[in-house]
Amino acid sequence: MIPAAFEYYRPQDMAGVFAILQEHGDDARVMAGGHSLIPMMKLRMADVPHLIDLQDVGGMSDVTIVSHEVRIGAMVTQADIIDNTELTAVVPILREAALQIADPQVRYMGTVGGNIANGDPGNDMPGLMQCMDATFTLVGPNGERGVQARDFYEAAYITAREDDEILTAVTIPLHSGGYAYEKQKRKIGDYATAAAAVQITKDNGSCASAAIAMTNLSDTPVYSEAAGVALVGGTLDDTSLKASVAAMLNDIDPTEDNRGPIAFKKHVAGVILRRAIERAWSRT
Amino acid sequence: MKDEVTREERIDNLKGMGCSRKRVEDARFTQGKGNYVDDIKLDGMLFGDFVRSPYAHARIKSIDTAAALKVPGVLAVLTAADLEPLGLHWMPTLAGDKQMVLADGKVLFQGQEVAYVVAEDRYAAADGIEAVEVDYEELTVLVNPFESLQSDIILREDLVAEDGSIPAGAHGPRKHHNHIFTWDAGDKLPTEEVIANAEVVAEESMYYHRTHPCPLETCGCVASMDKVNGKLTLWGTFQAPHAIRTVVSLISGIEEHNIRVVSPDIGGGFGNKVGAYPGYVCSVVASIVTGKPVKWIEDRMDNLMTTAFARDYHMTGKISATKDGKITGLKCHVTADHGGFDACADPTKFPAGFMNICTGSYDIPTAYLEVDGVYTNKAPGGVSYRCSFRVTEAVYFIERMIEVLAIELNMDSAELRRINFIKKEQFPYTAALGWEYDSGDYHTAWDKALKTVDYDGLRAEQTKRVEDFKAGKTRTLMGIGLSFFTEIVGAGPVKNCDILGLGMFDSCEIRIHPTGSAIARLGTISQGQGHATTFAQILASEIGLPADSITVEEGDTDTAPYGLGTYGSRSTPVAGAATAMAGRKIRAKAQMIAAYLLEVHDNDVEFDVDRFIVKGAPEKFKTMKEIAFAAYNQAIPGIEPGLEAVSYYDPPNMTYPFGAYVCVMDIDVDTGVTEIRRFYALDDCGTRINPMIIEGQVHGGLTEALAVALGQEIAYDDMGNCKTGTLMDFFLPTAWEVPNYETDFTVTPSPHHPIGAKGVGESPHVGGVPCFSNAVQDAFRPFGNRHTNMPHDHWRIWKMANELGLHD
Repeated sequence: MIPAAFEYYRPQDMAGVFAILQEHGDDARVMAGGHSLIPMMKLRMADVPHLIDLQDVGGMSDVTIVSHEVRIGAMVTQADIIDNTELTAVVPILREAALQIADPQVRYMGTVGGNIANGDPGNDMPGLMQCMDATFTLVGPNGERGVQARDFYEAAYITAREDDEILTAVTIPLHSGGYAYEKQKRKIGDYATAAAAVQITKDNGSCASAAIAMTNLSDTPVYSEAAGVALVGGTLDDTSLKASVAAMLNDIDPTEDNRGPIAFKKHVAGVILRRAIERAWSRT
Repeated sequence: MKDEVTREERIDNLKGMGCSRKRVEDARFTQGKGNYVDDIKLDGMLFGDFVRSPYAHARIKSIDTAAALKVPGVLAVLTAADLEPLGLHWMPTLAGDKQMVLADGKVLFQGQEVAYVVAEDRYAAADGIEAVEVDYEELTVLVNPFESLQSDIILREDLVAEDGSIPAGAHGPRKHHNHIFTWDAGDKLPTEEVIANAEVVAEESMYYHRTHPCPLETCGCVASMDKVNGKLTLWGTFQAPHAIRTVVSLISGIEEHNIRVVSPDIGGGFGNKVGAYPGYVCSVVASIVTGKPVKWIEDRMDNLMTTAFARDYHMTGKISATKDGKITGLKCHVTADHGGFDACADPTKFPAGFMNICTGSYDIPTAYLEVDGVYTNKAPGGVSYRCSFRVTEAVYFIERMIEVLAIELNMDSAELRRINFIKKEQFPYTAALGWEYDSGDYHTAWDKALKTVDYDGLRAEQTKRVEDFKAGKTRTLMGIGLSFFTEIVGAGPVKNCDILGLGMFDSCEIRIHPTGSAIARLGTISQGQGHATTFAQILASEIGLPADSITVEEGDTDTAPYGLGTYGSRSTPVAGAATAMAGRKIRAKAQMIAAYLLEVHDNDVEFDVDRFIVKGAPEKFKTMKEIAFAAYNQAIPGIEPGLEAVSYYDPPNMTYPFGAYVCVMDIDVDTGVTEIRRFYALDDCGTRINPMIIEGQVHGGLTEALAVALGQEIAYDDMGNCKTGTLMDFFLPTAWEVPNYETDFTVTPSPHHPIGAKGVGESPHVGGVPCFSNAVQDAFRPFGNRHTNMPHDHWRIWKMANELGLHD
C-alpha cells in the first residue's frame, strides 16, 4: 500500500494548474479530496507521476443560492453540504444523499467535484445530479463550457471531460415537490448495492413530473427517463409503480460482485426505487 | 490505619476482585501514547517487505532480482535459494507440518511469500518489490477440499515419497496425497448403532465458512542482531512471546539466552498473532546479514490474504432422539480445509482443536467425531479466532443440530435444550467425547434468560407476524435466535496440552517493594484484554495491597517468567491462577513476619483484607504495608529478607464457562437487510474479577460474532483469487452496524481454580455466532427453512427468501 514516487504540486490558481497539465499531459492528474485517487495510487492501480492538489486554488469552495438554481463549487466537501442549512432548505435531497456517502471522516475530505468527475459508477453524486438535471462547469485552457449531467458519463471512469479540463462547479435547478435518495449498502462506508434518486411533483393529486436516476447498477449512473415517464399522469398506484420499476430495470445493467448476483441486484433496485418513489411522493 | 476507616472502606480501597476498576491501560491508548511494534524506531533501521505470488498454484521457473537491486535504497533481495544454506527456506508450523518461508520452487496460495526485499525505507522496498521479476508457470488450482481429496494433482510434493507412497504425517496415516490427517474421538460403532435404531434422527450438512480475525493492528516485527554481544532482540506482535523465543532458537540455532523477544502493546490478536510467519524469519535473517535492525509490517491486504485464517469447516451431523426429544446420540464428520500448509495453532495432540466439545451443553450418552484435514490452494492458518481451539465450530455445529432436531420433532427449540441440558447435580460431568466439565448450572441460566426476554411473548409476537406476512400486511419477518453454549478454555493441563512440546502451564512472579507497592510479571500478554488492570485486582484481594500500587508487566522474555501466552481465553484460568497462587505464597510469608512483629505464634494471626490481625483481637494488627517494610528492614530469625514469590501453575482441568443468548431480529424479505432489535447475553464465567471489563469483552466478542454470522468471510474464486482482501469487502462492523447489547450473568465458580474464575474473552463470540445465525434461520423456519449456511449477508438472505418462494 505504498504508491510509486510522484511529484506533488499545489498551485495557487487555475493558470498554475493548466501550466502543469500542459507540461505533463497524461502523466499529470488533478486531485480534489483524494479519497478515490490516493487509494488507487497506493494500490499502484493508478500511476500518477505528477499529482496536482487543487486545495489552494481559490473560487471552488462556494455555495451560491439564487432564485432558480444553486451553484456548488467543486471543492465543497460532503461535510459542507451536510452542514449547510440554507442549501438544505432549498435542495434537501443533497443532504439526504451526502449523509449516505462513505463515513464522517471521508466526508470531511471528499468533495462534490471529485465524486462527480471521477466517473466511478459507485459514487452517489453522479446519479443524484442526473436526477436533478444539473449542469457541470468544465474549465479548460480554451475557456469554459457546460455539460449536462445526463450527458456526462460515457463508461466507468470515462466522462465527457477532456484531460485538460477541470470540473469547477455544478449548477442545480431548484425543484419543487417531493424528493428521496434511497440507498442500500452492506455497511457504512460501502458503495451502494442499489441506490435511487427521485424528484417528483404533484398536480391535482396526480404525478406531474418525475425524474429518476440509479446508482451502481451499470458502468455509469443511469438516468431512466422511461421510469419517470411511467409515473406521470398517474396517482402512483401499484400498476404505475410496477411500470416505473420495469422501465428502470430495462435501463440498468448490473454486474455480479461481492454484493451479490445480478438477479439480486435487480430485485433490490426495484425495491429501492419503489421505496424512493413512495417516500418522495409522501413529501409532495 | 485510623480507626474511622471501616472494613468496607478498606476493601474498597484495594480495588480488588469484583470491582469495576477503570482500565489502567486506557490513559495511554486513548491519548495515542501506546507503543506498538510499528512505533519502534531504531538507529539505522531497515525495512523488509515481500514479493507475493499473484497465483494460487504455480511453479516458479525463475526469479530475477537484478533490476530490483538497482532500485535506489534497495540493499538485498532474499529468495529461498539464499535461505537454503541456512536451512531456513522452510520452517516448522505449530501443527507439526512445515511451511515455506520463501517459495521453494512453487507457490501454493495467492499472496504467498516469494522474495524478501530489504531496503533503507518502506518506499524503496515497495519500489524494489515492483522490480523483482518472477516467471511463473500456472498450475491447476484446487480450492475445494472435496475435489482436492479426489484430485491427481499433488499440492505438496515434499510430502510424497519417491516411490509415490504417502508417508504418515504428524497426526498419523494419510489417505491421499492432499490429505493431512484423520482424527477422531468417541465410539464409532455404538454411536452408529444408536442412531440406526433411534426413534427420530435429524441429519444436516453445514459449512462454517472461512474468515479471518483481522486485528486492527496487522502483524509485524523488528529484528535486531547485535553482532558485538551476539544477542538477538525481536519485537513483534506475538500472542506467545516465550514460545516464539523457543521456536526462534530451535530454527536459528541461536542459544535461547541470547534471544530476547518482546511483545510491546498489541492492537488485538484474536488468534491471528499466535503462529510464526515468514516475515519474522526473513527479518531475523536480514538483520543477521546486514547487521542492522530490520522492520517488517504487514499492510491490511497482506494480513487478510496471507496470515492465519479461521474456520473453513465442512461439517456433517446426525443427531438422534426419542420422540419426546431426549437426545440419544450424535455423530459429526468434518472436512477441514487447512490451505497450502497445516499451520493450525492447536495443542499438539489436538489437530482439530477441541472440536470434540461438540456435544455442547447437553447430556448426550453416545457420540462420535471424525475430522479429516485437507490441503488446498488457500492461505494457511486455521487459528482460533476469538475462541478456544475450534470451539466456535463445535458450538455452531451443535446449536444448529439442536435447531434442526427441533424442526424434525416439531418442537420448540428452547424446550428441547431444556430437557437435554446436563443437570447441575451431574457435574463434574464426563462427556461422551471425553472432556470432564468442571461445573455448571445451565437450567438456572436458561430460565433467567428466557424470562428476562419474555420468550413466550416473543413467540406469540412472531406467530402474529407470520400471519400478517401471509396476509400481505408486512414484508418483514421476525427471527428469535437462541443459543446456549459451553466453552472449554484455559488450556491447559500439561498432561494433555502442549505446543511443540511446551507444556501449557503459565506463570506469575511477584516482587513486593519495601514501601508496600509491587510488580507482578506474567507469562501471558495482553492484546487489549486489560491484564494490567485485572491481574492487579486478583493480587489486591490476595495480598491486601491496593491494585493501584501494583504494576503488571508482560511480554518481555528477558524479565517475564516462562509462559505460553494469551489465546484460547487461557490468561485468567491459567496465569490468573498462577497469580493467585504466587500471591498466596507472599501471604504465607507475610503471616510469619506479622506473627513475629505481633509477638504471637504464626497460627495466632489471620489475614483480614489488608492486614494480619491477632485472632480474637482485631485491634492488634500489622498492615501488609507494614509487613512489606519489615521484610526489608528487620532481621527476623528463620526468615529470609525480602518478599517475593513465583508460581508456575499447571491447571488440573480446563474451565467451562457457559452462557445463554437470545437475539431478536427483524428481516426485510425483499432486500435481505437485517435489524437486530434486541440482543441479550447472559454469561457465567465463574468468579467475576472486573465486571466492567467482562462487559467490554462481551460487547467485543458479540460484535465479532455479528460480523462472522452476517457477512464476514474470506472468499476465493475458482482460480484461488482472494475476493475479500480489503475492508471494503471484508466485513468489519463499525459502531453503525452494532446494536445495543444487554448483558447479564450468573456465577458458578470453577471448583478447581484458586479464585473460581473461568475466562470470558471468547465466550460471547462462541455463543454469539450461532445466536445471530439462528435468528436468521428461525425467521424463515415457518416457511420451510431447515438450515442455510452463513454468512447471512443481504444477498444470501434474499436468496433464502427467494428459494422459499417469498418473492413475487
